[in-house]
Amino acid sequence: MTGSTTQSTFPVGDVRIELTVQGSGAPLLFLHPEIGIASDAPIIAELAKHWTVHVPSHPGFGASELPRWMSEVDDLAYFYLDYLEAQGIDKAVVVGSSLGGWIAAEMAVRSCERVSYLVLAGAAGIKVSDREHRDFADIFTLSISEVNALSYTGAALAQQDYKALDEAALTVLHRNREATGLFAWSPYMHHPKLRRRLGRIKAPTLVLWGDDDRIVSADYGRAYSAAIPGSTFDLIEGSGHYPHIEQPAAFAARVARHAGR
Amino acid sequence: MRVWHFSEEPYPAAWSPEAKNLRVSLPNQNIDPVQAADLYHRYLDEWLLADDLGFDIFANEHHSTPTCMTASVNLILAILARQTRKARLLGLGLPIGLRPDPLRVAEELSMIDVISRGRLEMGFIKGVPYEFSAANRSPVRVMDRFWEAHDLIVKAMGTHDGPFSWEGEHFHYRSVNIWPRPWQQPHPPVWSSVGSMHNVRNMAIRGYTMATFINGWQKSRDLFNEYRKQWTASGHAGPVPLERFAYLAMVAIGNTEAEADRRASLVRGYLETNATAYEQHKNPPGFWSPSDSARLIKTFGQPHPTMTVTTRDGQKLGPVAKASNADMVAGGLLFCGTPDQVFEQITTFADAVGGFGNLLMMGQGGRLSHEDTADSLKLFAREVLPRLQAWSAERERQAA
Repeated sequence: MTGSTTQSTFPVGDVRIELTVQGSGAPLLFLHPEIGIASDAPIIAELAKHWTVHVPSHPGFGASELPRWMSEVDDLAYFYLDYLEAQGIDKAVVVGSSLGGWIAAEMAVRSCERVSYLVLAGAAGIKVSDREHRDFADIFTLSISEVNALSYTGAALAQQDYKALDEAALTVLHRNREATGLFAWSPYMHHPKLRRRLGRIKAPTLVLWGDDDRIVSADYGRAYSAAIPGSTFDLIEGSGHYPHIEQPAAFAARVARHAGR
Repeated sequence: MRVWHFSEEPYPAAWSPEAKNLRVSLPNQNIDPVQAADLYHRYLDEWLLADDLGFDIFANEHHSTPTCMTASVNLILAILARQTRKARLLGLGLPIGLRPDPLRVAEELSMIDVISRGRLEMGFIKGVPYEFSAANRSPVRVMDRFWEAHDLIVKAMGTHDGPFSWEGEHFHYRSVNIWPRPWQQPHPPVWSSVGSMHNVRNMAIRGYTMATFINGWQKSRDLFNEYRKQWTASGHAGPVPLERFAYLAMVAIGNTEAEADRRASLVRGYLETNATAYEQHKNPPGFWSPSDSARLIKTFGQPHPTMTVTTRDGQKLGPVAKASNADMVAGGLLFCGTPDQVFEQITTFADAVGGFGNLLMMGQGGRLSHEDTADSLKLFAREVLPRLQAWSAERERQAA
């Protein structure tokens, strides 16, 4: 039994976001990647076996509002620090995937006061390669089909016919792309100073990577981990860039082990 | 009526019928600088000829594409500012929401206006979807940047007791004080091209010249009518002067119908290549609204334009790519024929859409040769331009 599920909207300051909360026990905040997250995503139920899982849609994503003043990932980092406070959460496991991992890292370099454990999965946010090589595949100069082919190791997801989605789902897909274009266009998918700031992270950190991530390499993940004091790096087999989608049970198990569950 | 000679300065040697992509990522190994130099000189010669013949001049810019070698409209206008004598010089447009430094834009425009002794017309545009990757600017909130850049440029041109400072949302300057100030005060006339209703109001409020590009009968009429409505609603007195309206069409003129028809087929190379681009470049994040993207998703994947030809009475003649020249004329996208026919087509179209004072004439497009272009310009100047000017003067008299 994973407890009850609620879907609602939640205000943080003047911004109202779409929110799914599922499960019971200590809180876990899951920060979704650039492709957003559905309220019935299997990862939510997996994580809800251990925690009360909070799955917001970031401002500008899904059905969440986007205030005019937001334009950078640091706006989102402060937003989620405020979210924890607004929910009265003293300590949460914070898990972020890709863009969500970048947000989680930006939160943690600002304050780990309310972060018990940190998990960064396929996280964007730092610059590793030299100036003539990008670290993160440019999702804006590839077609959506090409991005899917790079993102997943399993054929069903890699070759999905996204154009067959209904209009509501396609609208959300494009809204998520637009918000990603706002927050991560340039510098592309990173903040030049974040890597140096990662040393400020005080929470025990796990860096998780799909073993077949062709969006951003496992070596990038190792560099991420090396910059966070005391962190561990781990691979999830049978997964591309989104292990929480391709291997939700294994993903939840790694998070649980890291957080002592 | 002013008639503006326009060419995108194409580089057709890099086109092929099988091409799926002529935008953003076609490597520049496909352009030979020697051929490009010859073409630039040729297109400039055609603009100089147009100046001699009584046309005005219109140029634009695109990036990373053989459909248009003008990577900087200000550079071409700077050359023409010195080399021409009479023509007004329209850059339509300058994608000011993509320029990282609008102060530099204001300086360049002021130089062009002064060198040309006050012949500049400033066309500010959002830019087409393919420009954003090439310019490395996000399409998200581009119109916010556009209007802030516009406000800064206009203020920089009209302020003569500066410097002033600017600390906006997108642009920051400690000392704005452009030298030279523009010849025309407070600033050269402003134009923009408009394709959808919600942008019309911003043009009408300011009384800027609104152009519509190859939009046919119904859409052009609707856009011009909306401008009239917004013009009156925002407190302007009297009717909208016709000079505030412009229409861009392809024009192919010949001594015989057969000659015009042949030229039209060459000019149309423009339309056949213009939208040959990958899906992701036709639909960068935030350029279209999410719901428009969801609706349009099936057409984004197609390499060629899906624009439909619609006649004056609303009959659909199918996609542009498959339309005959006669269909294109029926759709109001092309004016084609002998001088008498072209005059008749332009005036009929202008009356039907409520009138316009500017015909933006794609007189060179696609693979149309220098000889054909020069001969067309001379024929038009001799046989059509004087009649159009007399005709529009008469229309102005009737309206007054």
